Amino acid sequence: MPPSPGLFYQVHFYLFGLLAIASALAFVTRKSPIAAALWLVSVMFNLAALYVMMDAHFVGAIQVLVYAGAIMVVFLFVVMLLNLGHADELSDIRGTWGRIAAGAVGLALLAQIMAMSRTRFLSVLQPPTNPVFGGPPDRGAIGTVAQPLFTEHLLAFELTSILLLTAIVGAVAVGKRKGANDT
Amino acid sequence: MIPEALALSAVLFTIGAIGVLTRRNAILIFMCVELMLNAVNLTFVALSKLYGVTGQVFVVFVMTVAAAEAAVGLAIIIAIFRHGQTVNLKNINLLKG
Repeated sequence: MPPSPGLFYQVHFYLFGLLAIASALAFVTRKSPIAAALWLVSVMFNLAALYVMMDAHFVGAIQVLVYAGAIMVVFLFVVMLLNLGHADELSDIRGTWGRIAAGAVGLALLAQIMAMSRTRFLSVLQPPTNPVFGGPPDRGAIGTVAQPLFTEHLLAFELTSILLLTAIVGAVAVGKRKGANDT
Repeated sequence: MIPEALALSAVLFTIGAIGVLTRRNAILIFMCVELMLNAVNLTFVALSKLYGVTGQVFVVFVMTVAAAEAAVGLAIIIAIFRHGQTVNLKNINLLKG
């Protein structure tokens, strides 16, 4: 077991965990599919933050890229394609207070990014040079996952590509209109 | 923090299961399944701190399967929508005896 984490770590762990649970509750109670999908994106972002806090930096990155980026876009695409979103019920922008809050959040995020780009990272925030389990210390966040992926689990990795190919072909075959290939 | 992460994973999985059982919109049910997969991923990552990095490798595989499942499932939903102009499971009862 690693040594007990500090208060900074614990506060943020509970913060992201509670945000994830709150977002998940909001997700299952929304009526509009689009609002639900956006709350699910919020759950995924909070989970990505938790992955990073648990030293799984690469998994956190692909959680944002693949889940929140790609899979949820496919969901939203289908919702909009089938016209289930009821766009007239979702007003675009809230009133004055919504704009003020959005502006404040945006300025705070911008200030954070500017501050972070000018300072050196604290040692706690840097990716671990010594990965969780064994291995040389210079492998970095991706290498710790890639090394077992391409050695012990190489067969499963190759089978995954076949699975994806089958899924693509199957999705096209199922989603195709009947008679679309006659012309 | 591993027990807390496992508890959070259990809570998220339960919320997803409740969603699957209570929602009527097929697309929302799919999203609830994604939430359950995410909860399982959290368990894998949390336990990978104890038992080795294989858990993180497994998360990569789970994400791949989730992507494939989303693609095929949404294609099926589009086909069902073309057939009956609805994705409400109340109206999709072809197999009802």
